Amino acid sequence: MSERDGSRATGQTAPAPGAGGGAAGAGRARHMRPSLALLRKDLLLERRAPESVPAMLLFSLTAFVLFHFGLDRDTLSGSLAAGVLLVTLLLAALLGVNRLFVSEYEEGGFDGVLLAPIDRTALLVAKAAALFLFLVLVEVVAVPAFGLLLLGPSLWPALPGLIGVLALLDLALAAVGPLVSALAIHTRARDLIVPIVALPLLVPALIGAARAAAPLLAAGGAGGAPAKWLAVLALYDLVFGLLAFAVFDFLLED
Amino acid sequence: MDEAPPAIELRGLARRFGERWALADVSLSVPAGATLVVFGPNGAGKSTLLRVLATLLRPHAGEARVLGEPLPAGDWAVRGRVGLLGHDALLYRDLSARENLVFHARLHRVEPARVERLLGETRLGARADDPVRTLSRGLLQRVAVCRAVLHDPPLLLLDEPRANLDPAAAALIEPLIGRASGRTRVITSHDPAGGLAEADLALGLRDGRVALLAPASEIGHDAIEELYR
Repeated sequence: MSERDGSRATGQTAPAPGAGGGAAGAGRARHMRPSLALLRKDLLLERRAPESVPAMLLFSLTAFVLFHFGLDRDTLSGSLAAGVLLVTLLLAALLGVNRLFVSEYEEGGFDGVLLAPIDRTALLVAKAAALFLFLVLVEVVAVPAFGLLLLGPSLWPALPGLIGVLALLDLALAAVGPLVSALAIHTRARDLIVPIVALPLLVPALIGAARAAAPLLAAGGAGGAPAKWLAVLALYDLVFGLLAFAVFDFLLED
Repeated sequence: MDEAPPAIELRGLARRFGERWALADVSLSVPAGATLVVFGPNGAGKSTLLRVLATLLRPHAGEARVLGEPLPAGDWAVRGRVGLLGHDALLYRDLSARENLVFHARLHRVEPARVERLLGETRLGARADDPVRTLSRGLLQRVAVCRAVLHDPPLLLLDEPRANLDPAAAALIEPLIGRASGRTRVITSHDPAGGLAEADLALGLRDGRVALLAPASEIGHDAIEELYR
């Protein structure tokens, strides 16, 4: 067969079995390189034509203003403060989840990725990482804004514990978000499917995060986040992370 | 005698969308290095055939072997050895031509120098850093050709590859996707003269079924035109 040797002609980097860290290292590299390429592309697209982060941030700030007037209270604390903050961030995250695969779907990125000799879970890892980073960016502005607009007790004592709770919640959203987005992207009612599917799945994560955050935002000084609820959140992240790895491939089948 | 296995071998291949069969009972063999041109009216199944060969669609019946690998079991081995140039450019509109090609080069583990070489060969250098949404259809097609051949695939699947290209641009991409490239090619076309001139084999599809299959040298233009009546 007169097949051309593509790797030599194009300078394709051949994998080096047994080199460096051995099989495990080669396996990690096989997953990480395409994931990083996809993540870098997503971040570049968001920087070039900002869509998700500004929308999520604007939604969060607007929701805080609405809560401020709608609840007719100057300050919130404890479980009410935790509920307002976390539900707002969760709903804002859905805007990002909705947009997660739009560029892939509308500009042929799915085909581009499926034609490449890479593991499809690289796409899951990249999208989860992108959503996580978008959420962190939004929270860097939205959480201090929440402290100024709504929170009664000072935000600063609660901040270290709150960062831990938000990180675990963001991981939950990053695990569930790409799954739901990939499921919804091929449907005409994408905007409806995402909240309908994602919100019930995220109820346990929200309960865990709210219970963990409530003592942190309590009046009269921040208590510690209950370890039990942090463990529930971490377990949720683990289970849905594994679930996402198990089923993501099937969502990309034609 | 040449014992090389065919680059493409289909036996009773079928693919449906819902209840409608887009391809039915397609059987053919394309030797390595040969060119198959596919004719047929809109909706005849040409693009579906290319997408099945590219592993983007699974066959629903029959057997398909591409580059020696059975589909869909051997999808993994075929990916990365196929260059698809479809109706969609598979490029991100807000990224530049260079950024798009570098992104695909990373996915295919191709050295960045290859990107620069292709941009030079297709004379895209001056517009390489402009977002592709600002490029004309012809320039966009040139970038799409660069993407399709970036990893130097042995099999090219080309859906009307010279659409939107002026004669000078068509000449520019000829070394990359033309017969001189030495690759096995499957080309869809609506141009009997041009299609037959560069093909070894011609396939005519109508309603997803094979209406014509013969060496290109044995087929007249009138047989192709009959497909469209």
